[in-house]
Amino acid sequence: MTTTELLTGGLRIEAHKRRSTKASVRAARLIERYVIPLDQHSGLPALPLVKPADRVRMFQPIAQPAPGISAWLHSPVSGEVLAIEPRPAPHRLGAPTMSIVIANDGRDERFDNAAAVVSFEQISPAEACEHIARGGIVGLGGAAFPTANKLESSLCENGPQLLLNGAECEPYISCDEMLMRERADDIVFGARALLHALCAPNCTIAIEDDVPEAQTALRLAIEKAADARIRIKVVPAIYPAGGERQLIATVFGVEVPHDGFPADIGVVCQNVGTAAAIARWIRDGQPLVSRIVTVTGDGVSEAGNWETRIGTPFSSLIADSGGYTERMSRLIMGGSMMGTSLPHDDLPVVKATNCIIAASALDLQPRGPEMPCIRCGNCSQACPAFLLPQQLHWYLQPFDSEQLSRHGLLDCIECGCCDYVCPSQIPLAERFREAKPLLARELDAHLTADAARARFHSRNERLARLEAEHRAKLAEKRRPKGEPSST
Amino acid sequence: MITALLTVIILAALAGVATVATRGAPREIALVDRIDALLPQTQCRRCTFEGCRPYAEAIAQGAADINQCPPGGERTAQALASLMGVAPKPVGKEYGVVPDYPAVAFIKEESCIGCTKCIQACPVDAIVGASRYMHTVIAADCTGCELCIPPCPVDCIVMQPAPAR
Amino acid sequence: MTFPTAPAPHVVAHDSVGRVMRIVLYALVPTVALHVVFFGVGLLVQIALGAATALLTEALALRLRQKPIEPFLKDGSAIVTAVLLALCLPPLAPWWLVVSGTAFAILLAKHLYGGLGRNPFNPAMVGYAVLLVSFPVQLLQWLPPSGMDIEQTRLSIGETLQTILTGSLPSRLTWDAVTSPTPLDALRTHLKMGMTMAEAQAAPVFGALGGRGWEWINLATLAGGIVLYALHIIRWHIPVAMLSAIVVCASLMYMVDPGAYAGPIFHLTSGASLLGAFFIATDPTSAATSDRGRLIYGAGIGVLTYVIRTWGGYPDGVAFAVLLMNLSVPLIDRYTIPRVYGHAR
Repeated sequence: MTTTELLTGGLRIEAHKRRSTKASVRAARLIERYVIPLDQHSGLPALPLVKPADRVRMFQPIAQPAPGISAWLHSPVSGEVLAIEPRPAPHRLGAPTMSIVIANDGRDERFDNAAAVVSFEQISPAEACEHIARGGIVGLGGAAFPTANKLESSLCENGPQLLLNGAECEPYISCDEMLMRERADDIVFGARALLHALCAPNCTIAIEDDVPEAQTALRLAIEKAADARIRIKVVPAIYPAGGERQLIATVFGVEVPHDGFPADIGVVCQNVGTAAAIARWIRDGQPLVSRIVTVTGDGVSEAGNWETRIGTPFSSLIADSGGYTERMSRLIMGGSMMGTSLPHDDLPVVKATNCIIAASALDLQPRGPEMPCIRCGNCSQACPAFLLPQQLHWYLQPFDSEQLSRHGLLDCIECGCCDYVCPSQIPLAERFREAKPLLARELDAHLTADAARARFHSRNERLARLEAEHRAKLAEKRRPKGEPSST
Repeated sequence: MITALLTVIILAALAGVATVATRGAPREIALVDRIDALLPQTQCRRCTFEGCRPYAEAIAQGAADINQCPPGGERTAQALASLMGVAPKPVGKEYGVVPDYPAVAFIKEESCIGCTKCIQACPVDAIVGASRYMHTVIAADCTGCELCIPPCPVDCIVMQPAPAR
Repeated sequence: MTFPTAPAPHVVAHDSVGRVMRIVLYALVPTVALHVVFFGVGLLVQIALGAATALLTEALALRLRQKPIEPFLKDGSAIVTAVLLALCLPPLAPWWLVVSGTAFAILLAKHLYGGLGRNPFNPAMVGYAVLLVSFPVQLLQWLPPSGMDIEQTRLSIGETLQTILTGSLPSRLTWDAVTSPTPLDALRTHLKMGMTMAEAQAAPVFGALGGRGWEWINLATLAGGIVLYALHIIRWHIPVAMLSAIVVCASLMYMVDPGAYAGPIFHLTSGASLLGAFFIATDPTSAATSDRGRLIYGAGIGVLTYVIRTWGGYPDGVAFAVLLMNLSVPLIDRYTIPRVYGHAR
């Protein structure tokens, strides 16, 4: 199979995956209390179905989706609901958010989910979609977008192409690689369910060229399933090849319109982890209550991948990994390029937690002092969105909204490539991240002003017209009584 | 001789390139429209004119100053100053206070008697309702001009911070 | 446990402005070495004077502007300016020439516009242009390259120092005996005198490809330039566009009248073509910034260089060509914004 390399820009960054892929995936230790934030997916927070002191069983739904974009939540253990209260959450950078706290009774009594196990070939695509929603399935690549909402946007209309994203380009994360190595069958099963739900003709699994074991495992699983619709596409291990828009360009050779979605060009992209989660739900009746989390970095004694129940505190995973080393200095959720750094480790694993990096100074390499931009252009060579970060940086000081929007600031994907290569050590990604909402708001204000102007104008015209009609009527009324009017 | 000729030819070529390059560039936009584009379109009349457009016309004719728009604040005053080529100055106190945050009107529904006075006052058709039926403000369309507040006979309209969009 | 937080990305490559400038300086070593071989140690004295002036004026400007002095002195950009300017000056030029040129470059062309990264014009070329306009006589006093049979005029190290610092030659020599026009200058003079190209190029100052000595110095510059490219300090667009433009112009005119116009090889290996293409025009701060913009910018410099050399009043056109194109950078940048991902072509 040939590799179309439409992706320009991006970086070959030294990978740090090896240290976390030595051991196979192990089950994280069970603990006494699990904290399940209600807003851990994109969209609206889920609405609780339980109240404090309720008994819940493992896999029991504990919150239902709010109308619109939202997702189901299930209990990862059996036990008692202790409270529904604000608790610090990693996706809120440690700020408190409404969460269900469950005390684990250690018995793992299963909720009767027999109805969940279905043969997907026997239900309609729309039913399959609804069924996937009930499993609490969200995108496991990091954004946690509810999968059913994504599928609904392009359901069966014209048989979109399915793209499974196994390109894990962030240099530290290895949870998808381990998943592909150890649970390739789940991925293939999930792929077939997704093909059915989308009426898609075929499925492409994108996988990077530096993970041969995962490629082999997936190929074997596809052979075993004997499904000719599923194929593997090897893509170069370039950061950020696994970004949805970048991957679509690399695999299909077409770009997603800047103001549109992959569905607009007939592509639905899902993470391989999402496919595996769908398999567990449809085949085994196990909703999304656990995921593989990579714990790595020079700040923990032993890096590895852990099958972790949602709600497990980071500190417990760190303890599983042998605790912090003396060199530990920064705690990051997600990758080293786009992850967020967190103030403490008393935070629960959420569905979006793919990786926890306990970074030491060795991992981080301190930034030098910031120097002025010399317009060297290394950043524009690296930019996968083909932007000119050097020009954007120039037009940020002072904020020139017209030029920023001409240069496409809002198309920045915040991947951090420009930042990585900048010889002047300018925190470009951070600057752009801050500036984007300002620009968006300003452009929005322009649109609102234009709309208000138009309404003001049409109202004035309407009032003038009504006034004229009114006068005409008055004149009409007067005429039969007296002499004909002069007009 | 040849130098002079060449210079002329090169300059002519450059001029040609420049003409081609700027072809299709927007034509001159009328001054009134350029001023109007800088105004926030609140239509609040705090500038003493009957709306943003009339104020723009007054500025263009030199009949109004550039510092009469409180909703636009410093940014609008500065933008107007640089467009008109005059020294920037702060928004005049006599025209009102520069708001700290964008606001929209909100009708306290339990008090509304359905008199339609606010509907008639709204310059941008952002209030819906009918006679003797409860009215409501379309928050997304409200410019926060506050013109609906004085006419309300039961004082049921309050200003609230604009919802995040 | 609590930890300090920081924005992503959490890892960065180890690169710095200082490293970039250091590599530029290292890449100039072959050029400087061959220059010394052919023209004596004068250049080293000029570089030393220029670098000292550059660092002093840079420190002064930073102090006046109340900026931190150490990081900006360490970045090496002032020294690069000084070396590039020194390479353009005659090796025996009096000390005040390089000092005033460098000071002008750093103070006026660089810091008055906001310092590192904000200068719209290449500082070294501004310095050179000012000197060329103000002191044309001193700037034309080039030495003959070694290898011509005038070895008796070769100056010792002490004599070189004395000449540069006092401005007068040792008593045994006269300026007429010591100096020789540069190849480009000689060609211009000879052609003006009505000689054909063949007659003009028979003069001893010409070598196999271009100017005697100069051809080797330029090849060394080419090697340095390739090193810069290989280390990703510069990209190919500007040098390739500029040299191609020179070759195209020179070839066209050569085809029109080989008797009156020098060929492309001569133009490439004479004067500052290669130094300009790899080390001067590639200064990113004053150059156009997108790939397409850099092609236009480089080609513009190439064409202007050829035009000024051939029909202009100055012996070499690189400096003025670079400055003129610096002037057009905002316009080029405006019309060469690349297409962004997901936008229509």
